[in-house]
Amino acid sequence: MTSVIENLWMPVAPTPLLWLTVTIMAYLVGRFVQRACRNTPLANPVLIAIVIIVAILLVTATSYQTYFGGAQFINFLLGPTTVALAIPLAKNINYVRSNLSSIGVALLAGSVTAIASGVAIVLLMGGSHTVALSIAPKAATTPIAMAVSQEIGGVPALTAALVILGGIVAAIVGQMLLNGFRIKDWRAHGLAAGVAGGGIAAAQVASKDELGAAFAALGIGLNGLLTALLVPLLALVLK
Amino acid sequence: MLFALLVLIGCQLIGELAREAFHLTLPGPVIGMFLLAAILVIRGGKRQRPLPPDLEKTGEALIASMGLLFVPAGVGVVAEADLLRQEWLPIVVALCVSTILSTAVTGGVMHFMMNRPKRPSVDATLPQGLGEPSHD
Repeated sequence: MTSVIENLWMPVAPTPLLWLTVTIMAYLVGRFVQRACRNTPLANPVLIAIVIIVAILLVTATSYQTYFGGAQFINFLLGPTTVALAIPLAKNINYVRSNLSSIGVALLAGSVTAIASGVAIVLLMGGSHTVALSIAPKAATTPIAMAVSQEIGGVPALTAALVILGGIVAAIVGQMLLNGFRIKDWRAHGLAAGVAGGGIAAAQVASKDELGAAFAALGIGLNGLLTALLVPLLALVLK
Repeated sequence: MLFALLVLIGCQLIGELAREAFHLTLPGPVIGMFLLAAILVIRGGKRQRPLPPDLEKTGEALIASMGLLFVPAGVGVVAEADLLRQEWLPIVVALCVSTILSTAVTGGVMHFMMNRPKRPSVDATLPQGLGEPSHD
């Protein structure tokens, strides 16, 4: 029986189309689950999709390289979609203009907190320097974080994983956390999501409010800029 | 849709070229985002001309499915399983605490800054039309 399944499986597996289909299906399942749970951020569709796909890869003994051969077409769209974040930003430019000083101070505070606390906790808990350097840029958007990690001697692939996982944490807890502090303004929610959780947390906010999406886009862009400037300085101190 | 894709990928391309030419640490798509935002704001002008509908529709459709686009990179966790297994405790604690702290600090400071009492003398020094949004 297993050999029949293997025979059916083998000719299909190398084609990128299969993993492309699996990725979209897993994400749709994730979205379906989130909707079934009344849109709670706890049922994060990105996390659900990743868990489903990792399970399939492990069960079928498929390498990440083979998987990425198909999934790279989805990964490619991340570039133009990041550019597209300019659209909510431009539509709400007046709100951004009238809050420039607030944005600047909140961004600086949030960015420094994200970098310093991540590094400090890893080192205090006996983690290695490599992990500390890899976690330092984790709040920046994936391509910036990976480039910075490479530059300071971290492991870029680990940094990429940490960016995604941190984004999932921010997407899950961000809204409840800020609501707990009686912060209801979408500008604060959006900026916090963009600065602390990058694209994944931004996607969670963007699905609910356009003004939030604009501030999240700004948070992603500005925090990327600041992280690229601050983390190499911190790495010099650590050495 | 084709016009929108041309604009988005074109801005990304210019971003990549600028990154290489000026040795910037920012990735091309992020430079492209600031570039497109600047173009759209300048094009809109003071009267807030609406965005090209095609660009707006395609861009918003992409953003609506943005979560999907992180899945391939996220599955890359499997490739880093060894390092994660060895140091999982500091990693998990640092990741969760640091992310929660920075969310609270960013949101809290933003909330505090927006709700602080306004000092009219500061606004008065700005040229007219820059101080407040026109739609309030």
